[in-house]
Amino acid sequence: MKILTRIGFWLLVAAIGLFSIFPFYYAVISSFRSGADLFSVAYLPERLDPSNYVAVFERQPFGTNIVNSVVVAASVVALSLALGITAAYAFGRIRFRGRSLLLMTILAVSMFPQVAVLSGMFELIRGFGLYNTLPGLILANLMLTLPFTVWVLTTFMRELPKEIEEAAFVDGATPWIVVRRIFLPLMMPAAVTTGLLAFIVAWNEFLFALTFTLTNERRTVPPAIALMSGSTAYELPWGTIMAASVIVTLPIIALVLVFQRKIVAGLTAGAVKG
Amino acid sequence: MSRLIASFALAAGLFATASASAVEISISCSALGKEYEICKKGVDAWAQKTGNTVKIVSTPNSATERLALYQQLLAAGAGDIDVFQIDVVWTGILADHLQDLTAKAQGEIGGHLPAMAETSRVNGKLLAMPWFADAGLLYYRRDMLDKYKRPVPQTWADLTETARIIQEGERKEGKGDFWGYVWQGRAYEGLTTNALEWIASYDGGTIVDDKGEVTVENPKAAEALETAAGWVGTITPEGVLNYTEEESRGVFQAGNAAFMRNWPYAWALAQGTDSGIKDKVGIAPLPKGGADGRHAGTLGGQLLAVSKYSKNADAAIDLVMYLTGEEEQKRRAIEGSFNPTIVSLYGDADIAKANPFIGDLADVFSNAVARPATVTGQNYNRVSTEFFNTVHQVLSKRAQPEQALNRLDRDLKRIKRDGWQ
Amino acid sequence: MSGAALQASAPARETMRGGRSALTRSRVRAAWIFIAPTLIVLALIAGWPLARTIWFSFTDASLNNLGDYEFIGFENYVANFDGEWFGLLTDPDWWRSAWNTVWFTLVSVSIETVLGIVVALILNAAFPGRGLMRAIILIPWAIPTIVSAKMWNWMLHDQFGVINDMLLRLGLIAAPITWTASPDTALWTVVMVDVWKTTPFMALLILAALQMLPGDIYEAAKVDGVHPVKVFFRVTLPLIKPALIVAVIFRALDALRVFDLIYVLTANSRDTMSMSVYARQQLVDFQEVGLGSAASTLIFLIIALLVVVTLVAGQVRMSGEAR
Repeated sequence: MKILTRIGFWLLVAAIGLFSIFPFYYAVISSFRSGADLFSVAYLPERLDPSNYVAVFERQPFGTNIVNSVVVAASVVALSLALGITAAYAFGRIRFRGRSLLLMTILAVSMFPQVAVLSGMFELIRGFGLYNTLPGLILANLMLTLPFTVWVLTTFMRELPKEIEEAAFVDGATPWIVVRRIFLPLMMPAAVTTGLLAFIVAWNEFLFALTFTLTNERRTVPPAIALMSGSTAYELPWGTIMAASVIVTLPIIALVLVFQRKIVAGLTAGAVKG
Repeated sequence: MSRLIASFALAAGLFATASASAVEISISCSALGKEYEICKKGVDAWAQKTGNTVKIVSTPNSATERLALYQQLLAAGAGDIDVFQIDVVWTGILADHLQDLTAKAQGEIGGHLPAMAETSRVNGKLLAMPWFADAGLLYYRRDMLDKYKRPVPQTWADLTETARIIQEGERKEGKGDFWGYVWQGRAYEGLTTNALEWIASYDGGTIVDDKGEVTVENPKAAEALETAAGWVGTITPEGVLNYTEEESRGVFQAGNAAFMRNWPYAWALAQGTDSGIKDKVGIAPLPKGGADGRHAGTLGGQLLAVSKYSKNADAAIDLVMYLTGEEEQKRRAIEGSFNPTIVSLYGDADIAKANPFIGDLADVFSNAVARPATVTGQNYNRVSTEFFNTVHQVLSKRAQPEQALNRLDRDLKRIKRDGWQ
Repeated sequence: MSGAALQASAPARETMRGGRSALTRSRVRAAWIFIAPTLIVLALIAGWPLARTIWFSFTDASLNNLGDYEFIGFENYVANFDGEWFGLLTDPDWWRSAWNTVWFTLVSVSIETVLGIVVALILNAAFPGRGLMRAIILIPWAIPTIVSAKMWNWMLHDQFGVINDMLLRLGLIAAPITWTASPDTALWTVVMVDVWKTTPFMALLILAALQMLPGDIYEAAKVDGVHPVKVFFRVTLPLIKPALIVAVIFRALDALRVFDLIYVLTANSRDTMSMSVYARQQLVDFQEVGLGSAASTLIFLIIALLVVVTLVAGQVRMSGEAR
């Protein structure tokens, strides 16, 4: 029985892993192929031809694009978490009038389709003089990540036992100290998780990035990929696009590998699976 | 009229300052890649000649995204881009934001393909200059036609028959996934171009005629759609209902189809060194509807237009005139096989030597049909969307051609209401 | 932390609050100071665009000339000219897209929730290679949608797509399936790709909830010899419910606004059009800013309604006590 469960468990892990990774694996294979190979199926790379990877960096300032993406995504995460944790503490741990209304208002921000706010946002960004700048993009992206961050962190805040801060308050600590000294460490798994998810949202954001930037040097990765073209407008430069996708996915994988220990901070795992 | 004169005066004034000091013009002429390099060479030459500088703004490859970006910029009155590369069907949509080029380009436009010139004009005003042309073509497998001893099809009935024979023959020889004919059937602008070719080839009109009358509900159009719907699942894979240009090229270039409808771009790729069908391909005008029908390829291509919000309009117009001029179009035809829009270039010896293929297209372009974009103006995308959705329903056999066209006629008239503008 | 515990602790808090009103007042002040930056940022960046969208929905604005419009009341929503009905609420295409979207959301979010829980439980277990597995799981979420949607489009091609090739080789299907082309399978295909793409989001949030549970509960259950499945439904699920509901809400918000996935996979086909695709078509393709804004406002209202229903059904304490 034990062995059967183990085998079942590993089969499940394998199936989920395969489902997740196969398209990426296929992208890696495709990134070594070019031209008419696009129209045939291959399960293994025939040759390791790096020309697509070279082309990605040669035809455009792709290195700059990656740096832009990192700057934008990192700033968005830092701002979202800083604003989110303080707000979540207030929403999750303090009783005050109008709290649920405020929470709903914040949620309402993510109820409009992105394309509907695009035009107003465009005027706003131009009005601030932030058109074709990274701060403009960072500001716009906050609209996508902030409501989500506040809500998730509030939920987790609420779940922590109430005794936690009582003692500190009795000792005369200010709310700010309580947040920083007590809640920040406790919230680590939740904060890292939401931060990671927000990072990816900002990293992958396309519509704002395309509309609010104009020059190649200011573009982030997704519009840069959308700008890749073959020798004519109809041709799809598949190998190059795949190479670019592989390149931009690697930092995310690295990020997860670095932070995954923080995601599982709290307890000794293994309790749920018998 | 007085306003016109005033704007000339203004333009003249601007010109004086523009020529006095060098200005920077920004142009959106491509996504990245080879198209970018060829565009860059052209603008650099102009910059050298005039002492101005030119910045190229890359815009997305996908036409819908590109149009959306333009609209966003223009709606905000932003002068960040002076010269726009626009699709032939966008002139009407963007008309209010474009400079009138009539005065500057009156002398030049006569030398361009009449159909291309027509797409650049809205309400008698010339708002853009033709840059390069495109039209739908029939690609065929020369070796297959030889093998089965069939001529190049002249009518759709011929094509259906030939495709069926080849498909059956090839499948008997074990090529189970061989198909007769592939084209673009996805619910997008490409389906409008495909379906317009069918209908026009049967003399069934162009959805909306020159005077703005909705003409799409007619027996010939119904016959055309009936024929096309008959292909799906027989000589054409059902997957065609979600094919764009590249998906159909994929089937054809992998050697799995006898015929393909596509734009000229597929030629160079089909003849490329890594192509499985190199030297086995031929091109021809798309077949006629019947013996009394006509060859019809939908006109595509790109124009150059100047933004009304440009701060250096005169220099921008000068750049447009240079880029669409004979010398530059010739260079682009030779170096990038962009099909010129200037008629005389089709007889040019240098181009014929470098790209013999372009000479073969002269006929196709002179027979090309334009989509009803200028006459429907702002509403073109609406008309096109209604049209391709209707056709898509007929093709996926969820509607009969007659009823579908009847409904389409009603919907289009509803959009038109008191006129298109 | 269950409902019973909450009630039991309530009277205790009342007395506590009565005794320390000064402290309470200072905490409320702190709360407002803490929330202010978030509110200011959101009001700054979202206030104007959102208000503008709602306002435009009552006008006949066109993208062609945004400065020149008239107030037309509810005509974008419903209007009658010469006995013929116009407006969004009378447009069968709109209702079709609304139904498509709701169907898509229900199916995909349900599947993602179940799958997300399974994945989270796996990742919560200790096994060799767990760190790597976490990274692998996250890959689908990490690839930009504009790329992954195109990638799937290619992999699902009926003639040279790898998915059909694989299924044919394995003998699971006899003939290639026209995944995205046939109206019968198109929306299911979109659901499949969405599940692939966003299950990691769910899984990660649920994993975080699992990680924040106190460990002693399990220890007790283990000692008592309770079956793990029972532990999950009796102990784990109720405990992670608040986080789960928030995850579901945000997933559902995203799913109800789904745009690029459907747009890349099936373009403007009416069979699979979502509300956002419809709104975009009106706003951008047709330049009808008024009508498109009305559609966006309706999307907002529909989503708000569904969120409220979910919150009520899930018994989420919006105004719940801080514990």
